[in-house]
Amino acid sequence: MSTENEKIKKVSIICSKGSLDGIYPALIMANGARMEGLEASIFFTFFGLDAITKKRMNKIKVSTVGNPGMHMPTLLGAIPGMSAMATAMMKKKMNDLDIPPIPEFIEMIHDAGAKLYGCKASVDMFGIKPEDFCEQVEKVLTVGEFYHLSAGAQIIFT
Amino acid sequence: MPKKEIAGVSVDINEEGYLTDSSQWNREIAIAIAKSEGIAILNDFHWQVIGFLQKDFEEKGTLPTIRRVNKAGGISTKELYEYFPDGPLKKASKIAGLPKPQSCV
Repeated sequence: MSTENEKIKKVSIICSKGSLDGIYPALIMANGARMEGLEASIFFTFFGLDAITKKRMNKIKVSTVGNPGMHMPTLLGAIPGMSAMATAMMKKKMNDLDIPPIPEFIEMIHDAGAKLYGCKASVDMFGIKPEDFCEQVEKVLTVGEFYHLSAGAQIIFT
Repeated sequence: MPKKEIAGVSVDINEEGYLTDSSQWNREIAIAIAKSEGIAILNDFHWQVIGFLQKDFEEKGTLPTIRRVNKAGGISTKELYEYFPDGPLKKASKIAGLPKPQSCV
């Protein structure tokens, strides 16, 4: 058992990937932190922004190409519909485990008190407007602001 | 197995303070555990959560997730975190005399 002063009190998670298998680890770790009573924030950057973009958050898919974890030859993974099928299978498994779909998960994490931020550089690069984000997003931060907010936190890159 | 006197009754607990025999639970024990967990008074909301956890555990044989507490129990996640601060499901399960939650979500 860890002693009181060794306890993690705060985590800052960076979500940089836009695939289902890229986004879920960040969400599960942020939610798990709140469940343990830790402060948690997620900084969405690059394609990770899809998880908090209204038009895209419902359409996140598992990547079946270039993903060795799928145990599937690249050519097979590239067949039309393969990614959709893998996504549907994984979603069913996750639902059985009570892991919510991404929009509901974002809402749950927000209700749990975690803070969600967008990355300024990526927002500028992709031309995303504030109204494109789901309502749970706190604000858009520069990298510098993110580091300031993460004072005393463990920073986790996913 | 360690024993502890809680609210004037000797109960079986594990090393983390969870009751190992939920039949030994009563409301006075809940109030005493809540106090030691930093919840001074158990209000109607607390009792609603405790009641749902116990009912669901009895029916399903496992603790519900926070999502299930919300969907099946109709309990707001926001309020759950507000009234059971610092680890709501763990804290509520302990007060309800149930095992420690084992799920990642």
